[in-house]
Amino acid sequence: MLSTYKYPKFDYVKPPELDAPDSVSRRPVVVVGAGPVGLGTAIDLAIQGVPVLLLDDDDTVSVGSRGVCYAKRALEVLDRLGCGDEIVDKGVSWNVGRTFFREEEVYNFNLCPQPDHHRPGMINLQQYYLEEYMVARAGQLDNVELRWRNKVVSVSQDGATATLKVETPDGFYTLETDWLVVADGARSPIRHMLGLDIEGRVFMDRFLIADVVMKADFPAERWFWFDPPFHRGQSVLLHRQADNVWRIDFQLGWNVDPEEEKKPEKVIPRIKAMLGDERDFDLEWVSVYTFQCRRMNDFRSGRIFFVGDAAHQVSPFGARGANSGFQDHDNLAWKLKLVIDGKAPDALLDTYSEERTFGADENLLNSTRSTDFITPKSKTSLTFRNAVLGLARQHPFARALVNSGRLSVPCYLTESRLNTADEDDFDGDMVPGAPMDDAPLTTACGAQWLLGVLGNRFQLLYFADDAGAIDPKVAADLAGLNDAAIAVEALVVAPTGAAPAGLKTLTDVKGLIKERYDAQPGTVYLVRPDQHVVYRARRFEPAKVAAAVAKATCNA
Amino acid sequence: MSLITENNFREPGKRYFRAFTPGDDFYEALIETHRDLTDEQSAEVNARLILLLANHIGDIAVLRQAMALAREGV
Repeated sequence: MLSTYKYPKFDYVKPPELDAPDSVSRRPVVVVGAGPVGLGTAIDLAIQGVPVLLLDDDDTVSVGSRGVCYAKRALEVLDRLGCGDEIVDKGVSWNVGRTFFREEEVYNFNLCPQPDHHRPGMINLQQYYLEEYMVARAGQLDNVELRWRNKVVSVSQDGATATLKVETPDGFYTLETDWLVVADGARSPIRHMLGLDIEGRVFMDRFLIADVVMKADFPAERWFWFDPPFHRGQSVLLHRQADNVWRIDFQLGWNVDPEEEKKPEKVIPRIKAMLGDERDFDLEWVSVYTFQCRRMNDFRSGRIFFVGDAAHQVSPFGARGANSGFQDHDNLAWKLKLVIDGKAPDALLDTYSEERTFGADENLLNSTRSTDFITPKSKTSLTFRNAVLGLARQHPFARALVNSGRLSVPCYLTESRLNTADEDDFDGDMVPGAPMDDAPLTTACGAQWLLGVLGNRFQLLYFADDAGAIDPKVAADLAGLNDAAIAVEALVVAPTGAAPAGLKTLTDVKGLIKERYDAQPGTVYLVRPDQHVVYRARRFEPAKVAAAVAKATCNA
Repeated sequence: MSLITENNFREPGKRYFRAFTPGDDFYEALIETHRDLTDEQSAEVNARLILLLANHIGDIAVLRQAMALAREGV
């Protein structure tokens, strides 16, 4: 039991199917696994209007010390789901990371050096809090049904249906669903049931996790040590979490006995040596973990989609696990909604796997590079690693090579077939496929953020010098985008003025939207429901926007 | 010309969205060059690599600067 947290116990309710054994109930979407990514999937589909049944084999949240860091992009997704504020308020926000080599600091970084973004580079929050807030958010939605202690024991599918057998404390029942989303974690029982492969590397290393409760005045920063005096030859990572709980990860190497290392008489001296003084602390949690870097070949199998750790796993350096899982459902939910509504062909769902395997490969590449830097595999690698750290204090080029984890950032989907290639010249990074940059603005409702007004539908940013001076023909064409089969909401971005009736105005109070998107009057950006750029041009041409929407939904 | 110690890695034709990527690309290639070699073989490869790069740089004043910095604190 933890001293700072009481695990909620969610009520199991006997499913109605058990009382009607002769009929099989059918759902549009079933999600399996109420961890962060399964909950995110369910909430995402529900807010887009798709009813969801979410099954979980347990009746509480994540136990122990697991996920810690939630990156800016994940927070932006959680904002879109409607639970970002609670999570950020409870979490510890941070941007600065410091890296030490032996006795001294050699390098520090700032994840969010640019001001005027809503969310910080990262927050730290114990995974159980994150899940608790997400369960509460799911509970606010009429079209999410969450069933605890409902364990899927078999899965089969044909061209039209996935069929599940579910075990409950009161017996078994059968469910049919049009679509199944599997979020049952790294060991993924359903992946095994279906005999689907996941390939990659196991790393020959072990890490000790210790959560300690203490009053400490260390700043809210990420501290990483290579070869520190208190843990020679290994690495150590310190993060501050909510409730004065500090998470420490000690690298142990491969040739240790995990059961021995977990004993308090072994752990407490390590922590004391690290803190370097006699301050009081309580040991809240200890465990030892190993990790793998691997992914499934295809995240889609017919009517079944894999999201989060079930589909891909990375080393923990870089916080690219749960953070990339949020990007999975961010990518999948709107596509599934369009296909369910009959507005896009089945092929759109293949692009979920195409885009997210591309993202997973980027995460695997970066986290594998971090792991190879942190735990060199040969004497030569260690010599190079230590030479980089030795040069880093003085030389900027070496600082850039120090790799204690390349922290989770969203993937640029530059290779996606949903993008329409640029015909005009633009500066900056907001290319087709880019995850959108945030910026402050005001609307009729007051001060807001760009990413706060985007999402869940296609939208078109139309830039003007004065929103009130838009040509009436252009205004009518912009408003007309909303009447298409796949509606596009036009948003006029201007430093001043109010757009004609029927069009929303985003007042670019600091001029930062214009700057960050290299916009000029007349520039348009077409935005996907998951806040990725998919098309842009220097001139608004309704037919080209329609063609870009068609391409972005596999309707071309 | 003096020795460049700012981050200077890039690959022609490649577009980077993250500042750490070109340096990480180089570092991975460097470590990969040594894969499956014995320590002696790695030392030999490193010596050859330095000689190849030194000739490419050519400017002996720059090389002297680099050699002096490399020795500092060792």
